[in-house]
Amino acid sequence: MAAALLEVEHLRIEFPTRRGTLVAVDDVSFQIAEGEVLGVVGESGAGKSLTGNAIIGLLEPPGRIAAGAIRLSGRRIDDLPYEEMRKIRGKQIGAVFQDPLTSLNPLYSVGGQLVETIQTHTDMSPTQARTRAVELLAEVGIPGAERRIDHYPHQFSGGMRQRVVIALAICVNPRLIIADEPTTALDVSIQAQIIALLKRLCRDHGTAIMLITHDMGVIAETADRVAVMYAGRIAEIGPVRSVIKQAKHPYSHGLMGSIPKISDSKDRLEQIEGSMPRLTEIPPGCAFNPRCPQVFARCRVERPDLMDAGVTRAACWLYAHG
Amino acid sequence: MSVWRSLQDLVRRFLGSDVFYSFRRSPTVVIAFALTLLFMVAAALAPWIVPHNTYEVASLSLNDAFLPPAWVSGGKLTYLLGTDDQGRDVFSTIVLGARVSLIVGFASVFLALTLGVALGLVAGYVGGITDSIIMRVADVKLSFPAILIVLLIDGVARGLLPRDLHDKAAVYVIVLAIGLSTWIQYARTVRGLTLVEKNKEYVQAARVIGLHPILIMFRHVLPNVMGPVLVIGTLGLGVAVLTESTLSFLGVGVPPTEPSLGTLIRIGNNFLFSGEWWMAIFPGIFLVILILSVNLLGDWLRDALNPKLR
Amino acid sequence: MFAYIVRRALQSVLVMASVAFVAFTLFQYMGDPINQMVAQDATLAERENLRRVLGLDRPFYVQFLVFLKNLVTGNFGFSFRVGTPVAQIIAERLPATLELVLVAAMFALFVGVPAGVYTGLHRHGALSRFMLTISLIGVSLPTFLIGILLILIFAVVLGWLPSFGRGQVVQLGFWSTGFLTTSGLKALILPSITLGLFQTTLIMRLVRSEMLEVLRADYIKFARARGLTNRAVNFGHALKNTLVPVITIAGLQIGGLIAFAIITETVFQWPGMGFLFITAIQFVDIPVMSSYLVLVALFFVIINLIVDLLYFAVDPRLRIDRSVSTH
Repeated sequence: MAAALLEVEHLRIEFPTRRGTLVAVDDVSFQIAEGEVLGVVGESGAGKSLTGNAIIGLLEPPGRIAAGAIRLSGRRIDDLPYEEMRKIRGKQIGAVFQDPLTSLNPLYSVGGQLVETIQTHTDMSPTQARTRAVELLAEVGIPGAERRIDHYPHQFSGGMRQRVVIALAICVNPRLIIADEPTTALDVSIQAQIIALLKRLCRDHGTAIMLITHDMGVIAETADRVAVMYAGRIAEIGPVRSVIKQAKHPYSHGLMGSIPKISDSKDRLEQIEGSMPRLTEIPPGCAFNPRCPQVFARCRVERPDLMDAGVTRAACWLYAHG
Repeated sequence: MSVWRSLQDLVRRFLGSDVFYSFRRSPTVVIAFALTLLFMVAAALAPWIVPHNTYEVASLSLNDAFLPPAWVSGGKLTYLLGTDDQGRDVFSTIVLGARVSLIVGFASVFLALTLGVALGLVAGYVGGITDSIIMRVADVKLSFPAILIVLLIDGVARGLLPRDLHDKAAVYVIVLAIGLSTWIQYARTVRGLTLVEKNKEYVQAARVIGLHPILIMFRHVLPNVMGPVLVIGTLGLGVAVLTESTLSFLGVGVPPTEPSLGTLIRIGNNFLFSGEWWMAIFPGIFLVILILSVNLLGDWLRDALNPKLR
Repeated sequence: MFAYIVRRALQSVLVMASVAFVAFTLFQYMGDPINQMVAQDATLAERENLRRVLGLDRPFYVQFLVFLKNLVTGNFGFSFRVGTPVAQIIAERLPATLELVLVAAMFALFVGVPAGVYTGLHRHGALSRFMLTISLIGVSLPTFLIGILLILIFAVVLGWLPSFGRGQVVQLGFWSTGFLTTSGLKALILPSITLGLFQTTLIMRLVRSEMLEVLRADYIKFARARGLTNRAVNFGHALKNTLVPVITIAGLQIGGLIAFAIITETVFQWPGMGFLFITAIQFVDIPVMSSYLVLVALFFVIINLIVDLLYFAVDPRLRIDRSVSTH
């Protein structure tokens, strides 16, 4: 593995409420190497997006980082003052959000938004920035970039807008992109194009991606490694092929079982009984234990940390001694 | 027994609710609520609790006119806040005046709410031409300030009715005028909410089992849009009291024989320069406290029912 | 875009026509102005004569057409009460009201918008809470009471500013202005604060809630994620998006100032149109009332057109069709 670009250690995110503190993300640790694509999967509310927001320093109050550390190239960034962190956002860590329809300001032309971002992070003159903006639009595959640069977001289709959003995310060559459900709001036919675009850009520029999604298909196609999250914790993390083919954690195993495969001729997809607990109702021991087909006594009292489980690491007592 | 238990359950659920929590958390709101309640009780019981019945012309004595408040030299203890130009006890006129103001306020809110909610429901649920007509009327009216419409309606009534009859009908005219100029807000809000509710499954289900549209509108949709209506209604009470007092101040509101707070301020304003400040200032203070309390309640209610804003 | 403006203009004409009709019909059936005008002991013949002279004996639609024609040609008829042409009375009083409204509107915008932006950005700050409390009191204070209090403090007790009238005015052609003399300017202060305070608090609260709404939007989060400075995010992206709804409401509010001037003018005995209107209502002076109504409607229509044009300046979605989009 190459040198770690991003290190997240024992990250804990809390929401103070009047009925006590909710722990939304607990003891999450992972690394992303230069140029690597890490997929993060899990159901809604598993804490994927919160983790992403915490990394770019945009957790929405009252949510806050209660413990742990986030490092970018060895430099701690989770406790930086707002202004310091602002300079990192966009410049070193780019972001792509779920809905391209709402990610762009409707009152500014796409060129205006690009130029503004470029000039915030570089010393380019307005003319240089504009030239760069046209190049970027062309690079993300927008035909007629010269002309389209002065158009407003509402003049673009959903897929085109997401391309613009990606152009905005990469415009000053960040080393990491947090892509939070970048294809979820798009038509299926457009999804593949956007994923292909992300992959190509990542390869060309050596950019690492943290790809947050609940779509295992996207992960299988794009990611180098994958982290499966459940109820605020990482259930399993490892190389994407191993997790898909031989998931060790019963939850990720179930999750993989729910992907339709062309080769299979089963009438029904496998599914995991029950649903993820709400943050207020997380059971003691392993959070997955009420739904786990292989549950045993220890799971109900003691919470498992990540441990080696063959090629991957899984938070499951099944692998306690080997 | 089961009624009692469900009542207990309701109280318990209310005490544990977010709304009650945010109520308890804010002392300002608790005070505003207490003051509003005090005003309402005092207004309801006014004829029986005021120290002097100022409606009884026979009991007035011009010797007692222009007395300052009790703590100023020359004041009498029986007239705590002084007397006006006709020897009426200012405190009593205030309590009776608040009664008039609140009656007008509640009646006009009731009128506006009934009209607005009904029209909004119909516009939203039925849609089509009915919707267009109702909303166009609302648009045209919205482009005119309420105070102008109220003045206009009052002016029309003034022209149509003979003078003595107009004084008797004045209160009804004002209620009508305020009601007719403020229903739009309810209608627009309810229409918007109805459009959303209409497409939800419970309405679809009610329609599938063949319930009558009127039944669906009022039995099923209505309860789900009442939260915002309650907020507008509370804030509307403040606006109605304010509008009534403004009209009365302008001399086109309730007649001076049974004065509201606005009328009292109008009368007092004539004596402001000659030094009898208490005739205008005290009714003014009570009016502001009343409107402020109601507005605070309305504001809080809006935030409490809209968790997004918290 | 051109079609849109034409459509709006047509709508405006329609609104004006219906207001004229309402003004006309309402007052057509309101009491008998003859009773107000003649002496108690006037003979029937005298009454009929006056009725004919005023044209009140002609059929309904003829009267309306005459009314419309007169409106368009600027002939508003004669006041029943004082007998002089309404156009002349209004021309005398129009400048007073418009100057008052202008100053009050400036006050409302230049205080209300910055205050709203500030309280929106610093939601939990002490100053924000203070300003919100003040604004709630401002909304709860009836205009006439604000006027009375200001008079009591600044005119009666302190004696700094006049309590009534316009002060000295300078005649510029048909326009009498209070802007050019010290006493005229001093006389403007209290009435315009009185008139503008309510709209100020309203605009402030509106800007604040819109600001809060916009700050939650995805594109604001994305703008932050792009590393834009706070200044660019708050005053560029957020404020500009706030303006769209604010322009509408602020436009309506400023139109409302003309109506609310009725109250302020009564309190300060300001010789404007509102004062005129209240007197007209009390004396059932129909031509004055209907002319006032039509004039106010005209102002509303003009303000609405300005609002529409501002929309175009701010929002590209209205300016440009979405037709060019390609997949």
